[in-house]
This record gives sequence, C-alpha cells and structure tokens, in this order.
Amino acid sequence: MASYLDKQDLKDIDEQIKWAQIDKDVLRSLENPRWSYWVAFAFCVALLAIAVTAETYQYLYGMGYANLNWPHMWDLYIATFVFWIGMSHSGTLLSAILHIVQADWRKPIYRFAEAMTTFTLMTAMLFPVVHVGRLWNVYWTLPYLSDRGIWPNFRSPLIWDAFAVFTYLTSSALFLFIGSIPDLAICRDNATGWRKKLYTVLALGWQGTDHQWRHFRKAYLIMACFLIPLAVSVHSIVSSDFSMSLNPGWHVTTFPPYFVAGALYSGCAGIMTLFILLRHFFRFEKYMTLSIFEKNAKLTFAIAMVWTYLNLIEFSSVWYGHSVADKEVLWTKFTGAYAPYFWSMIFIGSVLPFTLCFQRLRRNLPLMFVISIIFNIGMWLERWMIIAPTLQLSYHPIAWNVMWPSAVQWGIVLGSIGWFGLLFLVFVKIIPSVSMYEVKEMVYHRKHGEDATVAPEPSYSLSGGGGAAGVHPAAAKPDPEGGQQ
Amino acid sequence: MSKHRVLGLFKDFEGATAAITDMREGKVPGANIDDVTVMSPIAPHPAIEDALGHRTTPVGKFTLAGGTFGVTFGFLFISSAQANFLVQPQGGKPVVPLPTNFIPTYEMLILFSVLFTLVGLIIFARLGRPMRGLYSEKVSLDQIGVMVDNLDDRQYEAVKSLFQERNALEIREEVINK
Repeated sequence: MASYLDKQDLKDIDEQIKWAQIDKDVLRSLENPRWSYWVAFAFCVALLAIAVTAETYQYLYGMGYANLNWPHMWDLYIATFVFWIGMSHSGTLLSAILHIVQADWRKPIYRFAEAMTTFTLMTAMLFPVVHVGRLWNVYWTLPYLSDRGIWPNFRSPLIWDAFAVFTYLTSSALFLFIGSIPDLAICRDNATGWRKKLYTVLALGWQGTDHQWRHFRKAYLIMACFLIPLAVSVHSIVSSDFSMSLNPGWHVTTFPPYFVAGALYSGCAGIMTLFILLRHFFRFEKYMTLSIFEKNAKLTFAIAMVWTYLNLIEFSSVWYGHSVADKEVLWTKFTGAYAPYFWSMIFIGSVLPFTLCFQRLRRNLPLMFVISIIFNIGMWLERWMIIAPTLQLSYHPIAWNVMWPSAVQWGIVLGSIGWFGLLFLVFVKIIPSVSMYEVKEMVYHRKHGEDATVAPEPSYSLSGGGGAAGVHPAAAKPDPEGGQQ
Repeated sequence: MSKHRVLGLFKDFEGATAAITDMREGKVPGANIDDVTVMSPIAPHPAIEDALGHRTTPVGKFTLAGGTFGVTFGFLFISSAQANFLVQPQGGKPVVPLPTNFIPTYEMLILFSVLFTLVGLIIFARLGRPMRGLYSEKVSLDQIGVMVDNLDDRQYEAVKSLFQERNALEIREEVINK
C-alpha cells in the first residue's frame, strides 16, 4: 500500500486504473465512509443547532440582542454573506475556467468544488434573511412591485445583488446537475432500492449515446463560458454594495478586482480543506492525489499574491489620495481597536501562503488542513475588516463607535458553517463527489498518451478488408473479462 | 415486414470504430450510417466521430435565443418598472438610466442563456424521456456499444457477422415491429 501511494505521489492519477475499478471505488463512497465522516456530520449538526438557538433568540427578543445598532447596522452578517459568496468562486474557477483551458487535473476534484459553489451560495443567501430581523417581511428583499405601486430602486447595488446572486445560484446549480448526469446514470445502473428510483429520475434517461454526448459537451462548454463572467460580475456587484457608497474606506475603485481575488483565494483554500477531508472520509487516495493537491496549492499561492498586490494598491491609493477621512479609516485599521484582526488578516493572507512554496510542507496533509482553515479564517477576517472599521469611523463624529458582536451574532455565523457542512456532507453521500466519467476520460487520454484536445490518428486501417486484418491489435484478441483497457 | 435492431458491445473504441468504418464502406448493403448509434462511458473518441460522419448540435442556437430574450426581457422589465417612477420627482436624473440598467440586464442575459441552453440540451439529447432501444449497463461501465437500427433480415445477418468479425464481446438484438 505504501509503495503504491509513493508511486502515486508523482502522478495526477494512475493511468493503469481500470474503468470498472473507478466506478467501484466511487460508488463505494456513497455507502461506506469512514467513521470520521459521521463525526464531521455530528459536528455540523451541533453548529447548526447553535445557530438555530441564536436565531430563535434574536427573532424573539429583537436585533438589539445581536448588538446590531447604529452605526453598526450589518456587521458580521454582511461580512459573512460576502465571505460565503466569495467561497462560491471555487467551483467556477476549478470547473469552468480549468475546463475551458483543458487542464485535466481538475477532473477528479471539480465535482465537489461545484457542489461547494452551490451550497456556499445557499448559505450566503441566509444572511440577508437573518439580517432583516423581521423574517415575516423577508420578501421585501426581492425586486417586486409594492402595494403602493412603486418598484424598488434599480439603481441600487443591493437590487443588483438580488439579480446577480439569484442568477449565480441558478446557473451554478444547473451546471452542477448537468455535469453529474452521466454519473447519475452509472449510479442508476448499479443501485438498488430507493437509490435506484432516485437515480433513475435524476439521470433523465441518459444512455451515453453519441448524440447525447455531443449535445452534452456543447451545453456544458457553453455553460462554463457563461459562468466565468457571471462569477466575476457577482463579486464585483457585491463589492458595489460598498464601493458605490461614499463612506470612507469603501469608496475605492479597486474594490471589484480586490473582492474577486479574495473570493478566488478563499475558494481555493476551501477546496484544499474539503479535498483533504473527502480524501480521508472516502479513501480517495487514488483519485485525490498529492500531485493534484499540490497544483491546487500552487494556484492558491498565486492567487494569494494577487490578493496581496491588490491590498497594497488599495492602501497606497488611499494613502496618496489625501482624502482625510479615508486616510483616517486606513490608519485606524493599522492602529485602532480592530488592528489585531487587521494584522492577523495581513499575516494570514500574505505571509502564511509562503508555506505553500515548500514541497515538504505542501505534502504534509494534516498541516495543510490546518493551514487551509487558517486561510479561510483570514479571508473571513478580510471581509470583517472591510465592514467594521468603516462603520466605526464614518464622516460624522457622532457616529463614531466601536462595536463588538454579541454571542447571538457569533452563534449564527458559526452555525452557517454547520449548515454548509451539513448540505455538503449529505450531497457527497448521494451524488458521487468524484466525477467517474471524467476520471475515466483522464485515465484514457493519459494512458494513450494523447492530448485530450487533439484527435489522434485512427490506429486501424481504414482500407482494411474483412476479418481482423484492419483491427487494432488490442481489439484483435478478445478479453474474456471484457471492458475497456 | 419486421425490422431488427442490433447492439454490439466492444472492448474498446478501436473495435467499435472498425465496425462502423466497415459499415460506412458498404459491408452491410443498404445500411444507413445515420441509423448507427454509439454508446460509451466517456465522450466518444474523435476517431469514432470521424467514422460516424459530421453530426451537428443546435444547442448553441438555443443559447443565442436565450441570450437575446434575456437582454430584451431584462431591459424592458426594468425600464417599464422605472417608467412607473414618472409620477415621482426624478431630481433631473434620467427615468431610464442606461449604465445602471446594464447590470441587471447583463445578469438576465446570462440567466436566460443558461436556461435556454438547458432546454436545448433536454430536447436534443432526448433527456427526460424513457430510454429507448437496446441498452446495456456495460456501456456506462467500461464497454463501447454500437447499435444499428432499421435493419431488414439480410442486413441484420450482415451486421451480426460484421460485429463478430470485429470481436464484439456480446451481441444483443430485438425485433422492431412496424
């Protein structure tokens, strides 16, 4: 076992794996996870219970118990909303962008990254609901005609948010579903009982015909092409919630790219965390290899450096802009009440990624698991440090106030991790978290030494006569066990 | 007169491609290449697509239609809603501001493009309908299926022997009553 894994360390995947073995390994994950899966499940349920308790308390006794008061009207809730929206960019990056550039190492891991996109968006969308406080009026957040015949203000970035996040959730959920159809057919063909019925419905009658594959590939490519500008627009629009205002610290032109870089960063860090967990839960060492993990780690490092650069751009443009109020907010970030959090963010976001430069550290998965979680804490701090210092120090001295979130806010924020984790853990027990058909393609193309993009010369004789004269040698001798390869 | 349908299961793409190429070269007199369907666990090998001949997909046209609809609907929806604001003082600002309307319109463009693409996929890939023809679970596992439809008795025998020549692992057949 050890020698097998050592050999595996050097490759993205072992191209000698039989297709039937891929199906067997992945389908087994739907039935038989390690006990640690159930520990994680229980942990998420516990976190969610904390959130439900906190939300019930806030609902019964009012928003004041969350320490939400003027000028800190949206604090942790909006920071966590932005954090979860940012995490959602992982799926788009790994699935759509790497699909278009045909980086085949994404194939064993893109499915769970796409799922992460959908579930982080579902988690993010809870926060406007929680933040509204009066849950019975939550529909006011939707762009609809009011009873006084007035439409919402379409000039407001908050309305753009509603359009963008809804579009992103719909598109990414469909992208996830469409990409899963061939695998759902495999599940259908191998399942029994209630799973058989479920997969029969979800597979939509997929038979793997050349007609279906042709339309499928086209549709998948088109959706991938649309998802990339959509993802960029979503986080740009979220950044507009702040940058379109005139508040010091927020009215910054670099906010949209800064938000997108932060989103990709936290998305990549999230992928690192879930990669390590799934590899452990489902014994996916053969598919989620160290080589693939390293590629993702290097990508994370590159994005971390982009994020660092954009931070410097933001700070220097504020500093040399000579706007007194903006400068004061920046200086308060450096030295004020929130300074420990701010410098933690800088350390985690810009210095800690250098651990990813060392192969020995990159290959230490327990260490990487801890570091990836710290990255995400750093990215969460980034969002909080965007919100709180500006709310603390706006234009009017009467509104200057440092506020610390209450246990109610912390409870709901922690509970959102439980909600996301629960959705994700249920998903990976029902839908294969490794794409079987894409891994088969990866193995096939690597084994045959082909670039997946280039049609190889047929290895049989087109002018061959009858019999086996024109047949590829591999086909000339039937394999009694049957099957590809 | 009854017609036949035959499914040959092959070990790999090479065998399947060779069988299709034989048919294309006229080894099954009167057989139509459009009646040949390949079933595979992964997207068919480019050599198979060459052997099957050029087959197009109109899914992209649905995307174009969706995008056009999305832009039109998105802009008209927002603009017509804003036209209701005429009763309110605008403070010198345009009733229908183009730069800000661009953003929700852009989102609608993407949303409807994606939705129409999905509809196109469902229609053309015949998704959501009962499975038709011969199907083997082995084609979702590790074998390549070549199914030929609308064969008369003579063609049916020719296809079966051709599949055997090309080392098909298994041959299934059914009679289509017309």
